[in-house]
Amino acid sequence: MRVVLIVVLLLCSQLVLARGAVHEYQLDNGMKLIVKEDHRAPVVVTQVWYRVGASYEHDGITGISHVLEHMMFKGTKNHEAGEFSRIIAENGGSENAFTSRDYTAYFQRLEQSRLPVSFELEADRMRNLQLDESEFAKERKVVMEERRLRTEDKPTSLTYEQFQATAFTSSSYRNPTIGWMDDLENLQLDDLQVWYERWYAPNNAVLVVVGDVQPDAVFKLAKQHFGPLKPEQIQAPKPRIEPPQPGQRRITVSVPAEVPYLLMGFKVPVLGTAADVWEVYALEVLSGILDGGDSARLTRELVRGSQVASSAGAGYDLYDRQTSLFLIEGTPANGQDIEAVEQALHEQIRRLQERPVEAGELARVKAQVVASDVFEQDSIYYQAMQIGRLESVGLDWSLMDEYVERVNAVTAEQVQAVAKKYLVARQQTLAVLDPLPQDPGKKPRPATPGDGHGH
Amino acid sequence: MGIDLLNRVVRSGGLVGAVWLCSLGTALAMPPIQHWQTTNGARVYYVPAPELPMVDIRVVFAAGSVRDAGLPGLASMTNHLLDKGAAGLTANDLAARLEGLGAELGSGSLRDMAWVSLRSLSDAALLEPALEVLQQVLGQPDFNALDFERERERTLVSLREDEQSPSTIAEYRFYRVVFGEHPYATRPVGDAASLQRMTPEDIRAYYEQYYVAGNAVIAIVGDVDRKAAERLAERIAGALDDGKAAPAVPVVAALEDASEERIFHPSTQTHVRMGAPGMRRGDPDYFPLYVGNHILGGGGLVSRLNEEIREKRGLSYSVYSYFSPMAQDGPYVFGLQTRNDQLDEALEVMRATLKTFHEEGPTEEELVAARKNITGGFALRVDSNSKIVEYLAMIGFYMLPLDYLVTFNARVEAVTREQIRDAFRRRVPVDHMATVIVGGEK
Repeated sequence: MRVVLIVVLLLCSQLVLARGAVHEYQLDNGMKLIVKEDHRAPVVVTQVWYRVGASYEHDGITGISHVLEHMMFKGTKNHEAGEFSRIIAENGGSENAFTSRDYTAYFQRLEQSRLPVSFELEADRMRNLQLDESEFAKERKVVMEERRLRTEDKPTSLTYEQFQATAFTSSSYRNPTIGWMDDLENLQLDDLQVWYERWYAPNNAVLVVVGDVQPDAVFKLAKQHFGPLKPEQIQAPKPRIEPPQPGQRRITVSVPAEVPYLLMGFKVPVLGTAADVWEVYALEVLSGILDGGDSARLTRELVRGSQVASSAGAGYDLYDRQTSLFLIEGTPANGQDIEAVEQALHEQIRRLQERPVEAGELARVKAQVVASDVFEQDSIYYQAMQIGRLESVGLDWSLMDEYVERVNAVTAEQVQAVAKKYLVARQQTLAVLDPLPQDPGKKPRPATPGDGHGH
Repeated sequence: MGIDLLNRVVRSGGLVGAVWLCSLGTALAMPPIQHWQTTNGARVYYVPAPELPMVDIRVVFAAGSVRDAGLPGLASMTNHLLDKGAAGLTANDLAARLEGLGAELGSGSLRDMAWVSLRSLSDAALLEPALEVLQQVLGQPDFNALDFERERERTLVSLREDEQSPSTIAEYRFYRVVFGEHPYATRPVGDAASLQRMTPEDIRAYYEQYYVAGNAVIAIVGDVDRKAAERLAERIAGALDDGKAAPAVPVVAALEDASEERIFHPSTQTHVRMGAPGMRRGDPDYFPLYVGNHILGGGGLVSRLNEEIREKRGLSYSVYSYFSPMAQDGPYVFGLQTRNDQLDEALEVMRATLKTFHEEGPTEEELVAARKNITGGFALRVDSNSKIVEYLAMIGFYMLPLDYLVTFNARVEAVTREQIRDAFRRRVPVDHMATVIVGGEK
């Protein structure tokens, strides 16, 4: 494994050369512009990120950020409903938008000479949206269909939603991004108007442009289109700090389904909240030790080794805005049950706490991080995403340049330390999907040992 | 890392991977495609991309489920097992070697094709050992009985997971109804009965027939020069037996009647798939049908179906139509999902929208807008190595002309309203379509 580590170091110096330069600008109205050059193809991606998302919402209006995102395509003082999309399409572009707990973002991908088209339209809808009652009535229906599609009819999504609502009590991370169905039904056009005026302003937005562009020319263009927009007094959302969890939480979700599923999460710090920054990168490595590829522990030991799980995974996002969760999930193999999977996952956690990870495992995680950092440069969209995600939660984009170095600095002892500190029962929430029969006439499929052909 | 942490909600449809097609803008950033054959007959397609220190390799075989020969899931399981043990190394060993190099191995199979891909840094100290693993996986898979049985059990679990999804149920049933006795009808991943019948011997026989140089296309994009690309291709193909190309896929028969089938599922939405056999790769009607469908239901946020179903009536989050051209006529698919009690209205609007388009064709404005969208966005379709390598593999696999990308825009520009109307009338059987409906009670 020594060979691998040497190679890693060599690559680090090489990478600096390959990376396009990033330029940061500030408009007088407070809007931030970040431009990254990538001249490999004559294309450009524009992303407008607003610092608002589901975690900014209070009870009763959940899902409003996402509904507003839908309404942003429904007309302004200067462009009627649907015109935005038609103009982008006529210019050969593709576009969309997405809402998360922490941000709302809009993007267009265009041939590079069409950049002014996207700036003109995005600047217009940043301040000039016209919310219309009949458009809203239809779009609310669309969002409710979206909720049915993504959540209501998907047993694992439903489990995830209930799991989040259990894990968090005060933190707004308890609410689903798409909103509770009843809140969607009771949303009013006035609510949207207030939400739009409160958050959609240049000083609450970050404009990210990546592609075959000249940064200063982009700045000039941004000043022309976004410069005249009026800033808003932005009031930060209430902190809603999640109180310490007093003990393990466990729920069961019983809905029609075929396959049981287990999801567990532990409260952990993120980059924006961590007192000790190394902990965040150690958690990142921990996630890689468990699930960073096909040779990582969960697949190696639970799927192929003991064969207790048909699939298993782990995940952590260091760029969340608030205290978040380190997630571990598993689906039992044929002939195995949820209890066996839970036991096996807990055994994995115990091992991480009792023994430092092996040098080879650590080297593999780091080698993947170094290589991924190059592979990610292949997508200008992804490069823009990285910048926007950091900026939208109040982190500096330049933190992404530290990532490889920070991960490379993590030691086996640090991984063990965060496993001991955070992967503990007191901070744990577990959710089990316990299937009910899908066909009311049929008996539920037993998920007990003896069923199936496990080995 | 395995869990979608972003918990993002995206506005548009795009739930179904629409047919990926390409067109050419005025500025083509991509250098010309270079093509040659290895000494043992594999066809190679290569584009240099020296900007980033990385290489993408995609090796494609005519080894999809269309050749399952009565044992559905055989092609898929064969492909899936390649990296689960090879050259005496276990799945763990193989994965650990690659991951220690930061390399990414991918594999998959569909109805026509199966592939293995490798993405590696181009530094020889990393690329060489990664390539060695690729050679082992392609040329010396072990197909151990224990690995096979474990992966079969996992597949059986995922088949049960599919039964939780009304969309997946509709999808598979749709192929069954549209393709009848044709091998496109089966589920590529197989079914419980066929998986129970399957043996490692079946898999080895399938592998020996189809994973051969004469049946392979190798696509290479990245920071390697022509000489290096030739060496790479020789080494990859050299890991394979010579063999020969797979026989042609049988012709798909047209549907004789309209049909409608309803399947109960305890969901709040009902999912619809409607359609018929459509067109193949290299089809003489390809461009009029492609552009026509773009207007009808393929243009993302801007299409007639999206306008009628979503924008005007709020009936569905995702409504679409797409051609899936394959070696023979792949399906022309219409799809949507809506609250159970809105099914009749949504279905009626979808059918009426198709009927009107079928009779009248597009307006001149629609055609102009579609042309602008398709041709003006060409550069976006080849703006990354990962997209280019997929195009190379597709062009090579379906033996499309090497100037396919270069001439694409001109061929889109040449499409007329009358050609679209004519092609839809001849090729889209509005009165002989299959409809599959999966959902709960009203």
